[in-house]
Amino acid sequence: MKVFFLTFCLIFFSGLSSQIKVYDRFEEFEAEILNRENADTIYVLNFWATWCKPCVEELPFFEQLQSSYKGIPIKVILVSLDMKSKFETSLIPFVQNKKIKSLVVLLADSKTNRWIDKISPEWSGALPATLFIFNKQKLFYEKSYLSTKEIDNDIKHFK
Amino acid sequence: MKKLIFTLILISSVCLQSYGQGSCLIGDIAQDFSLLGTDNKMHSLADYPKAKGFIIIFTCNHCPFSVAYEDRIIALHNTYSKLGCLVIAINSNDTISYPEDNFSNMCLRAKSKGFQFPYVIDASQTIYPKFGATKTPHVFLLDEKRTLRYMGAIDDASNQEEVEEKYLEKAIDALLKGKDINPKITKAIGCSIKVRKVSKQ
Repeated sequence: MKVFFLTFCLIFFSGLSSQIKVYDRFEEFEAEILNRENADTIYVLNFWATWCKPCVEELPFFEQLQSSYKGIPIKVILVSLDMKSKFETSLIPFVQNKKIKSLVVLLADSKTNRWIDKISPEWSGALPATLFIFNKQKLFYEKSYLSTKEIDNDIKHFK
Repeated sequence: MKKLIFTLILISSVCLQSYGQGSCLIGDIAQDFSLLGTDNKMHSLADYPKAKGFIIIFTCNHCPFSVAYEDRIIALHNTYSKLGCLVIAINSNDTISYPEDNFSNMCLRAKSKGFQFPYVIDASQTIYPKFGATKTPHVFLLDEKRTLRYMGAIDDASNQEEVEEKYLEKAIDALLKGKDINPKITKAIGCSIKVRKVSKQ
């Protein structure tokens, strides 16, 4: 029985952790996530961490975002900046408990000075922050959102 | 006339809060402050006329990145206070939403960690915008004339074991030797400074 339980736990947790991709190198994240200059999708990249209170407060607004804007699909990607050592103990249980629907990835490249400007030169590095990407246009906001409507309004800035 | 122009240039170079963000840029003269420390004394830059430099660090109790850097901040103080470069840690966070950052908790942290440098509270939240601080930890290195010479990160990795470049130490060493600082600006991930929400009435 014990063995069964352990095996179950192992399968269950490894299943979940495999859903959250870990990017140890920024370049890999850049190629797979940041450079999605798709004309047919609006990407919403929210930079957050489980320990960041304003980040956690605004997560539901991103989760409640409509699936499209003017017929263009919206894809939310929650980019966690939790420390890699907390991946199993904080990030996975958080995503599980909050039943997060959006795609969650962990950007674990700790050499942040190398890549913060590549997300946006406007970013000071403070969390939370959000980058909207649509058809080679990028909009960046270093702020906390207080409603889904506020996010919608920023998406409307795309031409 | 020349004198007047000089004065005007001098005034404009001082980062005043009168226009917009008013944040300090490299080469600007930082404005002094008078803030209460965990030693129950007021602290200003003017208190240290012989200082060769100031390491101003916006930090707080609750932010995991600030906590990760506490020992490194203590080490900076131990190394550089002897050389005349003084650490002043400023907490600007809203203590209503973040009681962990309130003054009594600051006193507890300063005591438990044995801070030998001033840990002061920007209770009115007026000092961090003057520097342009946006997060914790966020460092501003001033020279003896209070000119901003370096801003940004302490080093290149929040996980101490992964540190390869100690940006701030390199900047202080260059400052004390009268050499050019490079890089002058670096960035790191941090917790946003928590601004008090204005209640709608």
